[in-house]
Amino acid sequence: MSYAGLRSLLPKNDLINFAVLALILVVVLPLSLDIFRLNLVGKYLTYAFVALGLVLCWGYGGILSLGQGVFFGLGGYAMAMFLKLEASSPENTAIQSTPGIPDFMDWNQLTELPWFWQPFHSLTFTVIAIIVIPSIFAYIIGVAMFKRRVGGVYFAIITQAVAAILTILIIGQQGYTGGVNGITDLRTLFGWDIRTNEAKYVFYFLCVFMLFLCLGVAQFVRKSKLGRLLVAMREMEDRVRFSGYDVANFKIFVFCLGSAFAAIGGAMFTLQVGFMSPTFVGIVPSIEMVIFCAVGGRLSIFGAVYGALVVNWAKTTFSESFPELWLFAMGALFIGVVMAFPNGLAGLYTKYCEPKVNQLIARFTGKSNDTSAELAPQMKTEGGNP
Amino acid sequence: MGTLKNAQAGLGGRLPSLMKGIASAVAGATMVLSAAVNAAPATSEVNTTGLAVTDDTVTVGILHSVTGTMAISETGSVQAEKLAIEQINAMGGVLGRQIEYVQEDGASDWPTFAEKSRKLLLQDKVATVFGCWTSASRKAVLPVFEQYNGMLYYPTFYEGLEQSPNVIYTGQEATQQILAGIDWVTKEKGAKTFYLLGSDYIWPRTSNKIARKHIEKLGLKVVGEDYYPLGHTQFNSIINKFKLKKPDVIFASVVGGSNVAFYKQLKAAGIDMTKEKPLVLTISVTEDEILGIGGENIEGAYASMKYFQSLTNDNNQAFVKAFKERWGDDIVIGDVTQAAYLGPWLWKAAVEKAGSFDVDKVREASPGIELTTAPEGYVKVHPNHHLWSKTRIGNAKTDGQYEIVYETDELIEPDPFPEGYQ
Repeated sequence: MSYAGLRSLLPKNDLINFAVLALILVVVLPLSLDIFRLNLVGKYLTYAFVALGLVLCWGYGGILSLGQGVFFGLGGYAMAMFLKLEASSPENTAIQSTPGIPDFMDWNQLTELPWFWQPFHSLTFTVIAIIVIPSIFAYIIGVAMFKRRVGGVYFAIITQAVAAILTILIIGQQGYTGGVNGITDLRTLFGWDIRTNEAKYVFYFLCVFMLFLCLGVAQFVRKSKLGRLLVAMREMEDRVRFSGYDVANFKIFVFCLGSAFAAIGGAMFTLQVGFMSPTFVGIVPSIEMVIFCAVGGRLSIFGAVYGALVVNWAKTTFSESFPELWLFAMGALFIGVVMAFPNGLAGLYTKYCEPKVNQLIARFTGKSNDTSAELAPQMKTEGGNP
Repeated sequence: MGTLKNAQAGLGGRLPSLMKGIASAVAGATMVLSAAVNAAPATSEVNTTGLAVTDDTVTVGILHSVTGTMAISETGSVQAEKLAIEQINAMGGVLGRQIEYVQEDGASDWPTFAEKSRKLLLQDKVATVFGCWTSASRKAVLPVFEQYNGMLYYPTFYEGLEQSPNVIYTGQEATQQILAGIDWVTKEKGAKTFYLLGSDYIWPRTSNKIARKHIEKLGLKVVGEDYYPLGHTQFNSIINKFKLKKPDVIFASVVGGSNVAFYKQLKAAGIDMTKEKPLVLTISVTEDEILGIGGENIEGAYASMKYFQSLTNDNNQAFVKAFKERWGDDIVIGDVTQAAYLGPWLWKAAVEKAGSFDVDKVREASPGIELTTAPEGYVKVHPNHHLWSKTRIGNAKTDGQYEIVYETDELIEPDPFPEGYQ
């Protein structure tokens, strides 16, 4: 790619954003936090994948999905199934009536591994499944909805229904899924103990790496023609359609992409937290994920990351300090964000900090500040829709 | 310390009388010193693993949901644990140290439980944790406790099939609740046919599995078995099935809010439980749940538990009085609340027996620990980390209390992996 091409894909401001985020996640946090807190940050970051997908779907494409937990869950369950099978070796489960199958199956009187669990013996299959299964699922929902021009509130409600259905399915079929308990007690990955501190460091950096990969893809989408089409569709869908574009296909694509991000987040979650349960699939977590995105700023891919970090960090801190009152503090935070700065943290940043940063850059490079002039019109259109 | 004193006295025998006087003074001082050490042994002796123990305090964790859907059930456990800790502190604490607690909120969310338990063990270095309620939350924290070698006192009656070196189960495992209950209902009420009903998760399913095996062993019949999702509120179809199949006993393990709907609909459908046709035997409704159901809606049902608030022994009367003084007169005390109250006391006894807060030593000391002051009467820790306890049958009254109609003569041995019931 030519320098100019790269430049248009990654303008100076975004480059700074990438650098700052990388500095924080790769250097500052690992050096300043002990492994327990760093592991928590890793967990928060897994939600950032979902929030990032929502920035593309909702912030750019105008498709509000209240069911992202479904994809987070599918990714997480796929990972958990692989790890659970490894943890359920015949030696580890000798005490059961049927050794060699996961413990919850034994409790539910299953005597052999169901067929759809079989392929999860393979890590390669699992890694592919983590991305492909949720994408296919999203594709089916997308085709069913967008081809019929179902959108807006109706789409949001249907995704919520899907989340509810999947939760009920997982809880009801506990012999196959672990039910309410979820899939717990995951121990090793190819014999390597995933519960040690060393493993936690590895997973943290893997998570950060995957996040940057996804951020890169999101940045590409955002800056490409596709990104501009998404914004156009959000603002005036009919006009894009009349211009000869197949609106549905673009929507399906971005919805699938968001789902794949969420699924990667789910898999990273399972690795770092050590289990997966239906509490991440349902309506409440799905809406929470939308809140992370809203707090961070639904038009900013970096805002999504910061939003997930800040909200979850606040959740942990408040609940540690005030076990009985913390939910009120969280409620106040959300109301505050929505009332005071509808574009979230990223909105605050672009309004107050970015001009100053640009000035600083201009002073150091001694050039006139071309980036802000270049970006200004776009920010205006993006910011005009709270 | 005693041998040291004898040695000095023996040495003194061979010395001139002046020296003898000094020697006995030294011996006396040693005795005083040894008495002081007994009262509060040095921190370095009782804590070799870096737990949060100082010269006059020891920190423990309390980990329950105080927000979210489980808060209504778990609040009683939190109150009981705090009461026990306060009472122990008033008596002088454990090994001369006052107990301080760090409370964390599991927020009815299993991963949060895991996160908070990790925090309690790694950051707060608590000596032990009293906590969890649902099986799901216990399953979520179990790997954490096993990895970091923590100790959890878990209060809820549960499905069994578990025996962790890092958990003391102060509630009943399934056989302790079910077998005696079914024996009683067959012997006393002549029941022949049973309908099993439960919420759809691991505890009711396992309980009903055990119940079914036991019923069939007795040569009796299960005429139906059904499960409903947690939070389900429409029980009309199952009530019609009851009317159709006419079981002698409805064996119910419906949990949480579903109970309210179930008993109200049962009453509305014209099934008068006081007539015992059919008889309702529940293993999931404690006094706490009746608050929500309403005494008039469940009057006549039987519950199989190990503890009822209406127990008349002295221990329990003192416990109920102290509980109400601390937390208000309107409060009711259910089976799990009492089991939670046992946690701090069992831990204290084990620590004192071990002479140490170290988790490994406490674990070693735990089997055989007895508690004669337990509100439920007398309990003893089995080597499998569960408690020996009695099974009692209560008959629900309109005031929301149970009248105790039966209790087993002997303590029932806990058997988390019952042979022939799996």
